[in-house]
Amino acid sequence: MSSGTATDIAARSKAVREALDAHVREIIEWHFNPETGCPFWLDYASKLDWDPRREIHSYDDLRRFGNFQDEWLRGGPVRRWVPKGLADRPIYVFETGGSTGVPKSRISIEDFRIDYELFSETLPDEFFPKGSDWLMLGPSGPRRLRLAVEHLAQFRGGISFCVDLDPRWVIKLIKWGEMAMMERYKQHVIDQAVTILKAHPNIRCMFTTPKLLEALCEKVSLKKAGITGVFCGGTEMTPQFHRFAVEELMEGAYFAPTYGNTLMGLAVHKPFDPADNYAIIYYPPTPRAVIEVVDPDQPSLLVGYGETGRVRLTTLTREFFMPRFLERDEAERQEPCETYPWDGVRNVRPFSRLQTSVVEGVY
Amino acid sequence: MLHIPILRHGAPYRSIDTQRVAHYRTREPFVELSMANPGLIRRDLLRQREVREKLAAFPTSVLLEMCRRAADYFMNDTLPVGDETQTPDEYVRQLSATTGMPHVLVRKNMKKIYGAMAEMESVIAGLTRGLDLSILDTGHGMHEGHAVSFFPRTDSLGVVLPSNSPGVHSLWIPAVAMKIPLVLKPGGSEPWSPYRIAQAMIKAGIPAETFCFYPTEHAGANEILRSCGRGMFFGDSSSVGKYASDPRIELHGTGYSKVVIGEDQIDEWEKYIDVIAASIAENGGRSCINASGVWAPRHGREIAEALAERLSKIVPRDAEDPEAQIAPFANAQVAARISAIVDAGLQEEGATDVTAKYRPERLVEKDGATYLLPTVVHCESPEHALANREFLFPFASVVEVEQERMPEVFGPSLVVTAITEDEALINRLIASPHVDRLNIGPIPTMQIAWDQPHEGNLFEHLYARRAFQRAAAGSGK
Repeated sequence: MSSGTATDIAARSKAVREALDAHVREIIEWHFNPETGCPFWLDYASKLDWDPRREIHSYDDLRRFGNFQDEWLRGGPVRRWVPKGLADRPIYVFETGGSTGVPKSRISIEDFRIDYELFSETLPDEFFPKGSDWLMLGPSGPRRLRLAVEHLAQFRGGISFCVDLDPRWVIKLIKWGEMAMMERYKQHVIDQAVTILKAHPNIRCMFTTPKLLEALCEKVSLKKAGITGVFCGGTEMTPQFHRFAVEELMEGAYFAPTYGNTLMGLAVHKPFDPADNYAIIYYPPTPRAVIEVVDPDQPSLLVGYGETGRVRLTTLTREFFMPRFLERDEAERQEPCETYPWDGVRNVRPFSRLQTSVVEGVY
Repeated sequence: MLHIPILRHGAPYRSIDTQRVAHYRTREPFVELSMANPGLIRRDLLRQREVREKLAAFPTSVLLEMCRRAADYFMNDTLPVGDETQTPDEYVRQLSATTGMPHVLVRKNMKKIYGAMAEMESVIAGLTRGLDLSILDTGHGMHEGHAVSFFPRTDSLGVVLPSNSPGVHSLWIPAVAMKIPLVLKPGGSEPWSPYRIAQAMIKAGIPAETFCFYPTEHAGANEILRSCGRGMFFGDSSSVGKYASDPRIELHGTGYSKVVIGEDQIDEWEKYIDVIAASIAENGGRSCINASGVWAPRHGREIAEALAERLSKIVPRDAEDPEAQIAPFANAQVAARISAIVDAGLQEEGATDVTAKYRPERLVEKDGATYLLPTVVHCESPEHALANREFLFPFASVVEVEQERMPEVFGPSLVVTAITEDEALINRLIASPHVDRLNIGPIPTMQIAWDQPHEGNLFEHLYARRAFQRAAAGSGK
């Protein structure tokens, strides 16, 4: 067991880094090998005057790819993202964005299950009892969330009930100024959740978004409904919301905030520490994904610990390789901690320079 | 640094999310506000019915007496502000520090707020047209020989407040005496007045739960207006438009108030120049009831010249100077943008900045603060782009227009002071749906009477009358 001293964390960080570099080499070999790689990256490599398999030796070497462009994920053919080594497997496609225009698509095979199985390890059994059922109250449709939460429930021996919400419709209602209609839609979603909770007493755990959590707690007491653990994500959470949720909504239930998306996977929250004053600190599932905070004006440079910058995501799985994608979020860079001896992010929120073009609804 | 908390039904709450408001001149942080997240507001407002029942249990006569006492506390006492205390002088200095309003103008507004509380009985009598106020206790009674019954349309009044002038707070205060709790979202740089009013009321015995005070962002303001059965919204023309079709919300936007001179009085225009100048410039020209237009059938140039000469004597002074008449802009960029809008309008033929020859620049800086100096524009026709504009400084257009076109040509006008004895014109003004407040004769647009409603009648906004009949006891046997 780690002693948690700074020296110990530094030593473990170094080991994590070495493992990450080894993982990068493995992933590069997979995606750029003509036998196993996907058409997109093989085509990309054919236009380079250097060979990624020969010249990428470490995570830092990924800088040679520049920044992953989200436009690459808009439009087809989507099979260009399927690695040849996995071509005979059943393929899912998940989307992110898409309130206007063409959404970004990402193919998936097992990643969503693996991500959520890893996440499952971070959930305390006391609050998320094995064998108990779940309520998945949030967006499904083209997103991976419904399948992922359902798998999480099944992985933990439970069954997941689902209530859908269409965030693209919510964003349209907000843009049109149809706030009353948005409220009615939200209530329609919440009414279904309340009905399910009342009818199925074995539901102990749930996933939902911050705004749906607030709306649900206006209608029911989580405690009376038998909920003991809430996994929350999907949109920005402020420290004030975190405190409000813990102090006024949870009634003793465990609150597990998460950050993630279809492209990266799921970053987990640092275990609650009063010293953090409800700051929401996330750590990525390294080495499968890396989250960094970079200078918005010089995105090749990391900011210092505690400093603010733009979030940069890297996904490193056999199903999907996404180097150095500049996310539409900003955050403070967080130092490694005992549980997660690698870089994290603190208080993620929409990137202020892009904020006018981002609409977040009830989702 | 002084911290102003949220009040959750009267209980102070310190948020993790804070916003600092800067001193208008030094730009150094001056006060920190706790910011309410929308979910917290929604959750608190689930208690509206319970809170109203507690307030409604007080007889109206007792609430009126509490308002009178609160007026005195507001004006003279040391009251809590966050974890600290605030004397009346500190209130003046603090309000001035974040808004730039000169102390002398803050004190005038303070008296206006005091008046609204001290004269609450007159205010309510005006709003209810002399209703026996015990009817609000029982819900029914007799008024002028008729059975009447009133019921509240809401359990609370949500108010999204501005920062331009503290006098506007006199508009929502009567809700308390009418037994309707308040949910207040203060203006970004003026948390002082609503907080102090609430503290004075609480000290006077009004249940603390009556007051919710939520500094918050737009989403929180929307939640307040959505969650309260009745609302008031103060904002500019673009922001009030969002709520234009919602009858639950009383809108207080741009005033476009005017002084109008009829044919019968126009040749004696010089007699009225004091009233016109006061209408434009009092309170730093920051109120919706300040005149932003002077409409006359002729002598427009002479009137504009006389006003320009007089108003150009108003210059920036220190906030503490008792002669100070204009306020700087807390945000210098806003002042620059407004001045640019005026300049752009002047590019169109048919308008002249008559004040220009009396002072070199409209946009000036003094001791690190930015001011817009009083500006009088002469417009040859009501169709000119500057003829019917309103800005947050002493600005007025003198517009020449034939009397036959009055008042249709005015457009919506919060206050019209009509200097005329021409009954035909007066009747047209009385019949006009565009004229909200009407003063006949040389009454400054800024002059208010406590027994008169302002931009809608708060009593009618908060209460509805139902048909009511009651059979005599025993008549059913």
